Amino acid sequence: MSDHSKNSHSVSVQVHGLRKSFDGVPVLRGLDFEVHRSEVFVIMGPSGSGKSVLLKHIIGLEIPDQGEILIDGESIQKPGVMDKVRMAMVFQSGALLNSLTVGENVGLYLTEHRLRPPEDIARVVAESLEVVGLKGLENRSPSELSGGMKKRVALARALVIEPQLILYDEPTSELDPLMAVTIAEEILNLKRRTQVTSIVVSHDRDLAFGVADRIAIINEGKILFIGTPNEVKNHSDPLIKKFIHAELTLDRTRTTP
Amino acid sequence: MFQNIGEMLLLFWRTIQALPFAWRQRQKTLDQLFEIGNASLLMACILSLFIGGVLALQAGSVLVQRGLGNVIGGMVGVSMAKELGPVMMSILIAGRIGSSMAAEIGSMRAYQEIDALRTMNINPIHYLVLPRLLAIAVALPLLVIFSVMVGWFGGALVSAYNQMIGISFEAYFNNLRQVVDVGDVANGLIKSFVFALVIGVVSCHQGLQTIGGPRGIGRSVTKAVVNSIVLILILDYFLTRILINF
Ligand SMILES: Nc1ncnc2c1ncn2[C@@H]1O[C@H](COP(=O)(O)OP(=O)(O)OP(=O)(O)O)[C@@H](O)[C@H]1O
Ligand SMILES: [Mg+2]
Repeated sequence: MSDHSKNSHSVSVQVHGLRKSFDGVPVLRGLDFEVHRSEVFVIMGPSGSGKSVLLKHIIGLEIPDQGEILIDGESIQKPGVMDKVRMAMVFQSGALLNSLTVGENVGLYLTEHRLRPPEDIARVVAESLEVVGLKGLENRSPSELSGGMKKRVALARALVIEPQLILYDEPTSELDPLMAVTIAEEILNLKRRTQVTSIVVSHDRDLAFGVADRIAIINEGKILFIGTPNEVKNHSDPLIKKFIHAELTLDRTRTTP
Repeated sequence: MFQNIGEMLLLFWRTIQALPFAWRQRQKTLDQLFEIGNASLLMACILSLFIGGVLALQAGSVLVQRGLGNVIGGMVGVSMAKELGPVMMSILIAGRIGSSMAAEIGSMRAYQEIDALRTMNINPIHYLVLPRLLAIAVALPLLVIFSVMVGWFGGALVSAYNQMIGISFEAYFNNLRQVVDVGDVANGLIKSFVFALVIGVVSCHQGLQTIGGPRGIGRSVTKAVVNSIVLILILDYFLTRILINF
């Protein structure tokens, strides 16, 4: 896939003092971090800790109560800044348009912004679906797909945008282990191909340690720790240890009567 | 319902500003038009036939007793064109099309499809609201013309075949032609155009405002239909009051 690019250099993201409450309940309680150009930055944390809300702020779907988000040093609140940067988000639920076919979903960005002639779009869509292992499913309706397939279509839709910044919300949940590896590889491939800056939210430890340049652990709307995968693995904080090294240790004898 | 009027006017204004992009959205607008026609033509036909019929029946039996049978055509003609055609069709369309607009946009909202559009820099007003508003603003007046003519015909049928009335087709339509002029029909069309905008804006607004899952969608649909109908009936009075001077 190639060049409808206005500018294709990768971008950096800075988050300063980000706070957000919903109906008086604080969800994000002062987040500060920076994601470097072309970095794969993984965010881990327990369910409900505010990871999806954080991603929505970065892509401009939610407006912060306090604090700001800078992309390449410019606040995303400033008019025009969001239009300059090509971003894509792979939603936790896929968020495909149910009234369109799979192919129309994947090509939507190109069609609506009239970036390519229709034959070209069809080719790009086919290529992109092939990358996520869904070759030839263009004419299916999203409602006929499984959860994992929807998520892969959502990834294909994001790839077509050729983003400078890509946000993944739980890209491997609902996928079988083999497909999870394919997706992890694609995250790295995309980065190699286009130097994209990636922010990945995931509970999947294998994915996180496999793709991350740095990992941030967040809990109850605050950052506990940011570091390389090795630093995170060897960290001594009990909360981080508990989260990273949680194992399935059920007492099976108690379940039988 | 009235606390949202400001938001609705804002949505309407933004949609007007999006008009230069209407040509780009022509395919979606045509799809919507087709859907509206498909969903409502048959119902509109039956409804109008019976409305015209009942008008002739109610008025006819009284008028004929007093020897005024020859004015039935004009009476049915004017009532249908100025009042019953536009109002009844608008209520029908609010229930049939307004509800489906609110449901469709509401479920897109609830299932994050609208968020996805926004992350792709696709303006939901251009993509969703504009085609729907254009389609309904074109479709409803056309539907009203159709409805008025079917209503006139319904009145003629009842006048001719009901034994209490017994006014021939010819006498009925002669009187209708004398009494009804183009202004009366235009009057109804202006009303229905305004009502179409009301239905479109109220329903799209409710859809975009949806919070929560299926229950939230249900609530939006109900509100869209009820609010549209209430606004139509209130505006009908004021529009009539204004148009009466012309
Ligand atoms: N639009 C909203 N209105 C009210 N509360 C919200 C909203 N969005 C998120 N929340 C709340 O914010 C908190 C964090 O939600 P979020 O979806 O970010 O969690 P998460 O870290 O992504 O969890 P998971 O790993 O389960 O996806 C939750 O308690 C949720 O109830
Ligand atoms: Mg989440």
